[in-house]
Parts: sequence; C-alpha cells; structure tokens
Amino acid sequence: MSDAVVTPLEGVFAPLQFPEPGAPRQLNYSVAPKMSADGSVAGDFLEVAMGPQHPSTHGVFRMDVVLDGERVVKLKPVFGYLHRNHEKIAENASYLGSMPYTDRLDYFCSMTNNWAYALSVEKLAGLQPPERAEYIRIITAELTRLVNHVCLVGFLLQDMGALGTPLMYAFREREKILDLFEALSGSRMMCNYMRFGGCRVDLPAGWLENAKQVVENFPRFLDDFENLLSANEILIARTQGVGALSAALAINAGVTGPLLRACGVNYDLRKVDKYGIYERFDFRVPLGDHGDVYDRYMVRVLEMRESLKILRHALRDIPSGPIMDPKAKIRGFRPKIGEVYGRIEGPKGELGFYLISDGGPNPYRYRVRPPSLINLTILEDMCLGRNVSDVVVILGSIDIVLGEVDR
Amino acid sequence: METLEQIKGRITAIIPGARVDLIPNECPSNQPSLLIDQEHGVRIAEFLRDDPQLRLDYLSNVTGVDWPDTIVKEKVKVMKLVEGVETEVHGVVERKKQGYLEVVYHIYSIAHKHGPVIVRLRTNDRNVAVHLPSLTPIWRSAEFQEREIYDLYGVIFDGHPDLRRILMWDGFEGHPMRKDYVEPDDYEYEPTPHDEVLERARSHQARNAVL
Amino acid sequence: MDQGLRSELSKQGIFTTTLEGLYNWGRRNSVWPLQFGLACCAIEMIATTMARYDLARFGAEVFRPSPRQADLMIVSGTVTKKMAPQVVRLFNQMPEPKYVIAMGACAISGGPFKQGYNVLKGIDRYIPVDVHIPGCPPRPEALLHAFMTLQRKIDAQKLSGPERPRHLNTDAPSEFPVPKFGPHDLVPPYNPEVWQPPKMVRAV
Repeated sequence: MSDAVVTPLEGVFAPLQFPEPGAPRQLNYSVAPKMSADGSVAGDFLEVAMGPQHPSTHGVFRMDVVLDGERVVKLKPVFGYLHRNHEKIAENASYLGSMPYTDRLDYFCSMTNNWAYALSVEKLAGLQPPERAEYIRIITAELTRLVNHVCLVGFLLQDMGALGTPLMYAFREREKILDLFEALSGSRMMCNYMRFGGCRVDLPAGWLENAKQVVENFPRFLDDFENLLSANEILIARTQGVGALSAALAINAGVTGPLLRACGVNYDLRKVDKYGIYERFDFRVPLGDHGDVYDRYMVRVLEMRESLKILRHALRDIPSGPIMDPKAKIRGFRPKIGEVYGRIEGPKGELGFYLISDGGPNPYRYRVRPPSLINLTILEDMCLGRNVSDVVVILGSIDIVLGEVDR
Repeated sequence: METLEQIKGRITAIIPGARVDLIPNECPSNQPSLLIDQEHGVRIAEFLRDDPQLRLDYLSNVTGVDWPDTIVKEKVKVMKLVEGVETEVHGVVERKKQGYLEVVYHIYSIAHKHGPVIVRLRTNDRNVAVHLPSLTPIWRSAEFQEREIYDLYGVIFDGHPDLRRILMWDGFEGHPMRKDYVEPDDYEYEPTPHDEVLERARSHQARNAVL
Repeated sequence: MDQGLRSELSKQGIFTTTLEGLYNWGRRNSVWPLQFGLACCAIEMIATTMARYDLARFGAEVFRPSPRQADLMIVSGTVTKKMAPQVVRLFNQMPEPKYVIAMGACAISGGPFKQGYNVLKGIDRYIPVDVHIPGCPPRPEALLHAFMTLQRKIDAQKLSGPERPRHLNTDAPSEFPVPKFGPHDLVPPYNPEVWQPPKMVRAV
C-alpha cells in the first residue's frame, strides 16, 4: 500500500456531529475510507454487501457497508430490488383500478394505504364520506396501526436475537385482528376495502362485538409484552443511545411518524390535519426525548395504547346510516382537471398520494410519497461510527417495508 | 398562513430578478402552486425555509412529471382576400408545444404547522436542457426523491451530492416513467391474455414468426 | 415385499421397509426452507411458521438464513428483474437435493404487476419450480398444502433407474446460468433449457 493513502481515523471514533440544517452537508462522508487509485476501498477496511438476501433486512434491501473492524465507516443503501412499477401501472389503470395495488405498497397496513388513496381522490373529486364510513375508517386504520406496531416490535426483537418468542406473541395478536379484516373485506392482508366516498361493504353482523372483544383483550397482551421487554436488560443495552437522531436533522431529512416523534417533535397528522373525524377523539401523542432506538420502541408501545383508546371510543359511538357518499360514481369516474396532494398519518409516517388529473378515466400522474423510503435518508447518519450489529437494530427501528420503499 | 400571492410578492421583492408565476388549480382540492425559475430556485427555497413567518422546514414530497411535446390546434381569425374582398376567415393553426419535465415540491412547516406550499420547477425541454437546481442542500429529504426522479424521468439535478440511479440497475438505458418509454418485449407467453396484453402477446408472436 | 408377510412380521415386532422408503421418509420430514422473503407473500410465509398454522408439524420450521444449509427455496413474492440474478444465484448455492415452491401469483407469472417494466414474468423462466401456489397472497393453508404436495413428490422419487431425480443423476444440471443485466431487460430473457414459451393457441 502506498503512503499516499490518508486515513483520518479520528473521525470514526468521534461522537456523531449532527449538521445544522442550513450548513453545507458533509457527505459520507465525514470519514473518507482508504481509497485505492481505481476508487475501490483498499487496506484494512472491509466492504460488506448486507443484502439483498439477509435475514434482518426485512425484505430485499441492500446496504453496502464499509467496515473498519466492527465499526461502520460508510453505508450506502441500495434500492430497487422490489421496484414493481406501481406508479407506471397506476397511470395506465382507472382510478379505482389502483386501489388493490395500494394494498401491496406497505403490505402490513393495507387499510391505511387504502385510506390515504381514497382521501386523495375524494379531495380531487370533492366527495365527502358519510359519518358511518368515517367511523369504520378510523376503526380499521387504528387496528392496522396495532398490527403494524406489534409486528414491528416483534421483528425488532428478532433482529436483536430474541428468535421467535416476541414475534410469536406479536403474530398471535395479529391473527386476531386479521380475522376481523377477513370478516369485513374477505381477505386477510389485501383488504381493498375503501372506495372513493365511503367503504365497499357494511360491517357484517356481530363484527362490532368481535372487535370490542379484541380491543378488550389487547391491553392484557400489551402488559405482558411490556413486562417482558420494556425493562429487559438486554433490550436496554442494545437500544438505549443507539441510533440517536437530533430533532433538527430529523425534520430537515423529512423523517415522519414514530421516528420523528421519538426525537421529541410533536407532529402527528391526526392532530395537525385533523383528517377524517379525528378531532372528535381524545388521544395523546407520545413523544420521546432522546431519539434513540429505545425511544422509538417506547413511542410505538404507547401509541398502541392511544390507538386502543380511540378504538374503544369509536366502537362505542359508531352510528348507523349509509356508508357511501350518494354523489360517488363507480363507473365512468372522471375527476376534473387539477391536482391534489392528500396525506394521512400512516403507521410508518406520512403516507401521501399526489395525483394529477387530465380529465380522463386514469390519473395523468400518480405518485406515492413513501414514508419508509424517506425515513431511510438518515440511515447512514445514524449508523456511522456504530458497530455493525447496531446497524441491524437501527434498520429494524426505522420500520421499513420494501413494497413501499421501492414501489 | 399567507396566501400564495403574498408569498409571491415577498419573494419578488426580496430576491431581485426572480420570476414567480402562480399556477391556479380549479378542482375541488384547491391547491394552487408557485412556478419558480431555475436560476433563483435555490435562493427562493432558502427564503421559504428560513423566513420567520413561513418557516417551511419540512419538504414532504418531490414528484417528477413528464409533459411530452404536444401539438396544439388553435383557431385564429385570419384576414384573407376572398374573391377580391378582404374578409375574416376562421383558420386552424397547428403549433408545436415544447414538452418539458416538471418537478413538484410539497413543503410544509412543522414549526408553524401549516402548509402545503407547492413549488414547481420546469426544465426547458425533455432531451438536452434537462438540468434543474437540486434542493437537497436545503432540505435533505429531497435526496432520494430527486435521485428517483433522475432515474425514472432523467432530470439532472445540479448540486445533488450523489446523483446515481436508485431503482433500476446501473447500465439501464432510458427513463421508464416517461410517457414515451417503450417497455421491453417479454410477452412470450400469456396464460390468460386479454385487452392490451393480448395485443402485445400477438405482436410478439407475429414478430417472432417473421424471424 | 408381500403385504401379508409384512403385516405378519410386524405382528411379531419386526418392522420392514425399503431403503427408498426410509430415505424418502427422512428427507420429506425434514425439509429446511431458506429464510428468504421477497414481498407480501413472505409475511404470509412467516405467519405460516407461527403458532396458529405451525409449519413445524411438517418438519419444516427450521428456516436457514444461509442457502448452503437449505433444501427448499420458497420464492415468496414478486421477482423483479433487478432481483432475479440474485435469486438464481441463491438457488445455485443450495446443495442438492433442492426444491422450489413458487408462492403467489407474482412468482408464478408476474401476477398483478405483470405489466411492469421491471417485473419478471415468472421465476420458472430461470429455475425449475416444483410446486406452484396461486393466490395474492396465498393463505397459509395454501402454503401448507404446497408443503404436503412437495412431501408427496419427494416420497415418490426413485433411487435408481431413468426416472431418478436430478440430484441422483450426474448428467442433470445442478446449477443454472445466472442472467445478466441488459440495457432494458435481462439477458437472456429466459433459460431455454428450463422453460420454453408454450404456443399460444387461441381461436379468436
């Protein structure tokens, strides 16, 4: 190796500096790996491709990591292994024809994806769902939030080495909620339930009682879960102080959802936009203050408890009545020329749909604002200088689903 | 929040030479937007982020849109000599409208909890002058989204720190989200073809029969 | 062996079997799948291994993260063109005997995403598939059915003769060529030794 190679190793072990949002960004950046003449990494550094087949990348996601021993010096995410052209297909399909595809974006949360898309088209066409439909939407969306958060915590623990047990608990609860979805929409995962101006079918007989039963039993499971985990020594050792993120950087990088709230930023679209009828419900927004993985875990657990509060309220108050806006047209649906951006607070963050209508039966431009992809922007900043085992935990705490990252 | 007219007025007052147009949106969503010029794009973005009244600190969504070349037929009244008398005649003039690529930014404020302010940037054409200023130095959330637009639409963002393909592989040719992109012909076999897919499968079979 | 003699022997506490039966019995009851998920179907695959559906009843709960230790690849989800070379490479890294279940509409034919420019229209274009399960996504019961179908298939395999399976036939290929990235599509678009486009016969 030539002497010309410069290795500023001090930077590796220094505590992470978060740049101010306005400051010119130090890319990759703060630490330059030893480079040989042809641009590849030489010397003591090790280049590892984590993924696309890796047990902890939550799908087909690849990180090109440069390691100095155990420490991460550089990390580049590589996307596109699940790029299945959702947007292009949707531009050639009718507005309603894209609804089943939204289920497959973030395949844990089909109901909230449906809602985000339906909400955008309703804004574009000026439709207003009736009261009962709004209640059903809130109930299904909050059930989805429970499914997502409980599975995420299970997977996060699995990434830390708790093979099986927390995930088994999580999936046991998930199955109960999926049974409700199946009774409602006919499918466990891909519900395809919401329509522009309402919902597809009304609640089947006895559904509300079953849902109440599930909601009633859920806190007991959460208590069990928390007893096992929240004060667990290993969990604390692996998560506290890991992947800390400052609020200013998180806002600038467009981080949303539980990740942003774990940094202490009070920004929940259910409170800010008050879409649907969320303003009628009394719930709090849990906030963290360190922005590390433990806070993200805690924010999610607390969010589940708040969701249960909303659910109890909604299941009690749901009125009877129609479930579709009488103005809504299923056949020959052609919104006026214009554009819209609609967004909701999905379980992973701000899920938005941007639609341009040229007056035809299919959207001229159809764009999904994927919270998972944009939350990954700061993955490298969180991982630099950490051990490679922390990368797995940090990635798990971001909560990505590749169907949404790559679309 | 201020109206877009007020924001526009303040931008043109503070940044000399900046051209800002208001793009109306008459559908029920009522989300008008601001078209800003390329040279002052970064300055305007900086102003939007740092202005104490606006504080648009959170860039939510970046979208690429492709507007291909179109031929616009316009009805015009032409004075013509008809049988020796100059009369008004209705004529149709075909005018080629230059296509362009457009990038739309949806910006919100977390500090003041308002928004969105929608900002658009347009390239001059679709093939050569496809350069736009990158807003990644202002809002980092644009990093992957601008890379995606580069990959799928071919807009080159000047000042972007890491402009590479993001979804397709390196060595891929073309920009697949453009309206005139021709997809690879891999319709050898269709189990249940219908409509468009049946047409494609037929054309594939016909082409291979010739070969 | 004569059925009467066998039952007579078993009454006296002597259990008889064939080598083939014993060999296949052992293999079919300890199929180790590769821990490998592609898309939506992977979640249903995980749900199948969990307590409610309990894939362990079929001896297949040990999901191996390394292809070197796996017998079965469950292609669970959309195979994109960017991912297809890696899937083939993973299959090549698995030791014989190895099996493939194509789970879900996407893995079979591209499914709902068939019209995408980056979607491979069926993984059977590059690797041989033993069991196809339709569905989007297939229910866990469907995956269990696929497992039982695969077990029956393993049970019926001969140890010798011209019909013996690929892993006992030294002439049969165990590795398959990995496609390369072209300017718009994979090169070649399919492996002609594994898959040939059937003739489309349509009256209209």
